[in-house]
Amino acid sequence: MGYKAKFRVWRGDGGEGELKDYTVEVNEGEVVLDAIHRLQATEAPDLAVRWNCKAGKCGSCSAEVNGRPRLMCMTRMSTFEEDETVTVTPMRTFPVIRDLVTDVSYNYEKAREVPSFDGGDVKPGEFRMQQVDVERSQEFRKCIECFLCNNTCHVIRDHEENKEHFAGPRFLMRVAELEMHPADVADRRQIAQDDFGLGYCNITKCCTDVCPEHIKITDNALIPMKERVVGRRYDPLVWLGSKIGVVKRGKETPKA
Amino acid sequence: MTEIERLQYDVVVIGAGGAGLRAAIEARLQGKKTAIISKSLFGKAHTVMAEGGAAAAMGNVNANDNWQVHFRDTMRGGKFLNNWRMAELHAKEAPDRIWELEAWGAIFDRTKEGKISQRNFGGHQYPRLAHVGDRTGLELIRTCQQKIVSLQQEDYREFGDYDAKLRVFAETTVTRLLKDAEGKICGVFAYIRETGKFVVIETPAVVLATGGIGKSFKVTSNSWEYTGDGHALALLAGASLINMEVVQFHPTGMVWPPSVKGILVTESVRGDGGVLKNSDGKRFMFDYVPDVFKDQYATTEEEGDRWYEDADNNRRPPELLPRDEVARAINSEVKAGRGSPHGGVFLDIASRLKPEQVIKRLPSMHHQFKELADVDITAEPMEVGPTCHYVMGGVEVDPDTAAALIPGLFAAGEVSGGMHGSNRLGGNSLSDLLVFGRRAGEGAAEYASEVTVTVPESEVEAAMAEALAPYDREGGENPYAVHQELQQTMNDLVGIIRREEELEQAIEALGKLRERVANVSVQGGRGYHPGWHLALDLRNMVLVSECVAKAALERQESRGGHTRDDYPAMSPEWRKVNLVCRLASEGADGFVELKRQEMEPMREDLIGLFEVDELKKYLTEGELPSEEN
Repeated sequence: MGYKAKFRVWRGDGGEGELKDYTVEVNEGEVVLDAIHRLQATEAPDLAVRWNCKAGKCGSCSAEVNGRPRLMCMTRMSTFEEDETVTVTPMRTFPVIRDLVTDVSYNYEKAREVPSFDGGDVKPGEFRMQQVDVERSQEFRKCIECFLCNNTCHVIRDHEENKEHFAGPRFLMRVAELEMHPADVADRRQIAQDDFGLGYCNITKCCTDVCPEHIKITDNALIPMKERVVGRRYDPLVWLGSKIGVVKRGKETPKA
Repeated sequence: MTEIERLQYDVVVIGAGGAGLRAAIEARLQGKKTAIISKSLFGKAHTVMAEGGAAAAMGNVNANDNWQVHFRDTMRGGKFLNNWRMAELHAKEAPDRIWELEAWGAIFDRTKEGKISQRNFGGHQYPRLAHVGDRTGLELIRTCQQKIVSLQQEDYREFGDYDAKLRVFAETTVTRLLKDAEGKICGVFAYIRETGKFVVIETPAVVLATGGIGKSFKVTSNSWEYTGDGHALALLAGASLINMEVVQFHPTGMVWPPSVKGILVTESVRGDGGVLKNSDGKRFMFDYVPDVFKDQYATTEEEGDRWYEDADNNRRPPELLPRDEVARAINSEVKAGRGSPHGGVFLDIASRLKPEQVIKRLPSMHHQFKELADVDITAEPMEVGPTCHYVMGGVEVDPDTAAALIPGLFAAGEVSGGMHGSNRLGGNSLSDLLVFGRRAGEGAAEYASEVTVTVPESEVEAAMAEALAPYDREGGENPYAVHQELQQTMNDLVGIIRREEELEQAIEALGKLRERVANVSVQGGRGYHPGWHLALDLRNMVLVSECVAKAALERQESRGGHTRDDYPAMSPEWRKVNLVCRLASEGADGFVELKRQEMEPMREDLIGLFEVDELKKYLTEGELPSEEN
């Protein structure tokens, strides 16, 4: 049943810190977050960690376990050998506040720049949408905002300089969600490219790989968005049509 | 002297779940400069755990549904202990609140006609729950969060500052409500978790939207934030709590593995056809239909099964009884030795729906069991048992404005009391958040237009001294150890089935725990120090636990979320009684005082919605309408 597991946990703040070794009791069925909590309750009451629901629904306990971006509450201890050392470090793309807690304000800043849902003139209660039409956006709305996709994305993971011009998979997916929302009337294709850096994405699918909700971010959000942007900007028929006034260009929605 | 940041707002909302966000949206829409204070990151509230849906009588799936039917279901579910005015407002306004979410970008599942789909749930006569698979709470939070962002974008265009009129203080905890010499609310005292720095916000109006108290119990579906902060802040400020004894134990929490014990398994599993079985493979719920519900529930498996296809001509299966009934039934089966290997019962959807239907309708449940318990619910049954889920009791409020009994204090959502009576129906929580969140925001905005306040310095000093106390004490106890003991005490002695001796024991134990809480100590810095945070939360948990235990001892009957082994019957005399808790003195060392308060009789047109025969099961002779009418 129970055994003593070896852990190495990042401890520190203010840009300084180190991996510290701990031995923690682990019982059947437990996850990494249980072990971290046991550490808190016994030898490290000040060990900083974010968590809420402990059921993979809130996206708070994001960290890197043996170098892999994961939710600690969904990482079962049974996936490790009993003699294996489990290393837990904070998300690398965001500045560390303390121990396993990072400053994720980048994500909230990007969220504010995406123009919100615009339902046009439809009154509350009068929206009519078919299930098949809402399912694409619904997939993206499963997102629990754990920010593991943004954490793992190589565009910003070791490139602080790209953060200004790149919203990361999470918020490019948000743009896609709104673009595919059957009742939304805004047009965010231009800003997806110009302001949110869709062009930086070279579809390595790392974001899809780490998504705890198994959202197909690359295939279902980012690639279709790239296609839409291309259609908007480079389709020769659309270009010609708009030049001679056959195709009317809708108003482009500016960054919020 | 420790540095304190000082700010001024018109309205401060404590809590950033559904009720808090909806209240803040309303206050901002009314033109007020509004602050939202959240213990967690923005968008991470416990509301995301709500799975099944939001109840609103839109009549999209069954056109017979309307607010009167919803009102009746809510009163029945709460066994008539509900504040009937709240239940009325809730039933009337819920559809508008849902439609409004859609206009803000929410994407609910659809009917064939393209309207918002509605699903069946325990205690609801018609399919009524607007839903998104089994992650409706997430949709609600995300939509409100994104509405707030869109309001901030408007403010950015107008003032060049996203935070000009609506600011979110993420990872910030309020430890005290501040009052002026006249006894009005004048501000809040809080610490920022990241830095440990203190902040005082001067404000005439505070909306409590802090959710529940589940973290006082060992087995709970609630997240770490549910430490009864709003309940305790209200008490400490002199406000009153009602009916704290009624605590909902959700019948289906996970029971295995131990690390996930208590995590919720949505009622939608049963709403979509899942059945409960004991170790003999028997659908035992047919043996547990109480008299008050005899006419409304199927007596055979065949009839119950037919109901899913033809609800108009069959009665619903007893698996869909209100939650208190199902939780007690599971408890009895396990006690009688007919439980599952890990002390629960079996919840079977695998033999009822095709695997692809299970995955489509219950994706998070499928995911949750696969990842956390290695169980494939499309192929095998789940093991489930009761888990502490929701407190029906809470801050006593005016139904229309959500105002508490202290000037400037408002409360909405789980922290408020009355709406759900002795037992909340599934789905009524998400709609409650929206209906009363909006009303609280409006009430607070209106009040704030008329009142100005100044924070007395003595209040700030006292609050700061209290917050720093755990650092000043040397060699005190570890807060985690005290917390574990509190949870064990509440679980063992004030749990789903209660009796006099145990409640007396609990009250004694809580008295000792309170002394120990006053003596916990922490060391180190104040930046993101979870030990310190817990040390401060413990004050709230013990206070609230005392209210629950004392009220549970007082109420000598069994009703909804309060089951007394020694008083198993429901009593019409007790139905008329609200139990009101206050602090005898306003310091943290004040003790909880309990008072019986007669409930206001139901308005005539509302009581007329029920058959007299049904009312007889709940009301005293004198309360019944005369038969001639």
